[in-house]
Amino acid sequence: MAIKGHLRDFSVAQLFNLINLAQKSGTLTLDAADQAAWVSFRAGKLIYAQLGEEDGTIMHILVKAGRLTDRQAKMITTHSSSKGDKEMGLYLINADYLTQKDILATLRSHILDIVFQLFTWTDGFFRFDPNVLPPEDRITVHMDLENLIIEGSRRVQEWDHLDDEIPNLEMALKFVDRPGADIQNVKLNPKEWEVVSYVDPKNSIKQIAKAVKLNDLEIRRIVYGLLQAGLIEIVRPESMPQPAHAPRIRPLDERVQATLIDRIIDRIRSL
Amino acid sequence: MQTVKMVITGPFNAGKTSFIRSVSEIDVVSTERKISSKAERVKETTTVAMDFGRITVDDALVLYLFGTPGQKRFDFMWEILSEGMLGFVVIVDSARPETFREAMGILHTFRAYAPTPYVVAANKQDMKDSWSVDDLRIALKLSDDIKMLPCVASDKESVKKVLLELLYSILEEMDAKQGA
Ligand SMILES: Nc1nc2c(ncn2[C@@H]2O[C@H](COP(=O)(O)OP(=O)(O)OP(=O)(O)O)[C@@H](O)[C@H]2O)c(=O)[nH]1
Ligand SMILES: [Mg+2]
Repeated sequence: MAIKGHLRDFSVAQLFNLINLAQKSGTLTLDAADQAAWVSFRAGKLIYAQLGEEDGTIMHILVKAGRLTDRQAKMITTHSSSKGDKEMGLYLINADYLTQKDILATLRSHILDIVFQLFTWTDGFFRFDPNVLPPEDRITVHMDLENLIIEGSRRVQEWDHLDDEIPNLEMALKFVDRPGADIQNVKLNPKEWEVVSYVDPKNSIKQIAKAVKLNDLEIRRIVYGLLQAGLIEIVRPESMPQPAHAPRIRPLDERVQATLIDRIIDRIRSL
Repeated sequence: MQTVKMVITGPFNAGKTSFIRSVSEIDVVSTERKISSKAERVKETTTVAMDFGRITVDDALVLYLFGTPGQKRFDFMWEILSEGMLGFVVIVDSARPETFREAMGILHTFRAYAPTPYVVAANKQDMKDSWSVDDLRIALKLSDDIKMLPCVASDKESVKKVLLELLYSILEEMDAKQGA
């Protein structure tokens, strides 16, 4: 079993959606022409991310974010015997350089920066290695993917496959009843909230777009984000008639037909 | 003599012909042809019109299995093939995510032709790079009520299982209709 392929065929948003819904643990490797990235998850939550060429140690991240100066960092590294990030973090806290809250907030925003960047990657290969996690000494975070997917989807630039993902605007939307999928916990912008307020199997996507004054592309983009975040699903609207060509099964008397199916079942079992 | 049919559909190279071949009592009457376009030459031949397999149920009943051509330019065959079917099987190559989007498209198209029961076969589960059934379900956005089965099209037992699940779905639907 493997999950691998090309980002053209399966986007970063779709990969995050898969990891979120299947609550996967492991590391996603993205390999683009000139860069690579690793993103790790535990039980469907984001815990770590690193860009290929970048120094991912906590010291480097804190310097980059301006939380420590180069001089401080050099001094600390030469004075402390510890190597791992966790030990280094403890040292920084104990020596009163930073609080635990500072360190985690800086790390979190560093990881988010990387992850949001990945949503713009459309060319490259991906591979998910289950149960491969960052080295023990790394400090990890714990972030829900729903918000991330919505925020990341806002940054997607290329929408080549949007029509394939949401082919029919006559369809309606409905909230999924999945544990953990709570729209209340998601940070949406006002336009997205407007769309969400119309989510109902009675309203077609087209009607929603009209009500909130969005064009086809704009409504598709918002629906795409909510879909990939696993918060809504596409359903046939209540008002939509069944397809014009009605069931074409031969109009047999139903009892006869059930026995006919039973006969086929017996035959196939005996093959 | 009464005849009924089921349709086996799915993207190019998913394993439709192999699937039918595993259970048909006649040599599959396949309208295969050597592949000329370079882009599609991952294999030597492809089905250009349809596959045609047969299972004689008893003296009075024959089941036909029709395989649709996989290539997009033969779409026009689909509606003709779907006419009067009992149900259909969508075969997906679990090891080729580049075909998932098309598989979804085919699924929606067939569902629109006729609201008959169907099952999805996650084929080529014997391959090292195949996606698991659970992952495929999410990738193809199939809700939990749609039957999805692991499959190896060259293995007769595996194909039998898929066909039986489709038949059970057909029975369930009849029961539901009768109840209503
Ligand atoms: N390993 C493996 N190979 C399979 C399986 N099913 C089919 N194949 C191979 O996949 C290739 C395509 O199989 P076909 O049965 O020709 O597929 P098709 O869907 O009829 O293809 P088109 O008619 O061209 O669309 C062949 O090389 C088969 O041998 C499977 O379950 N496992
Ligand atoms: Mg074929």
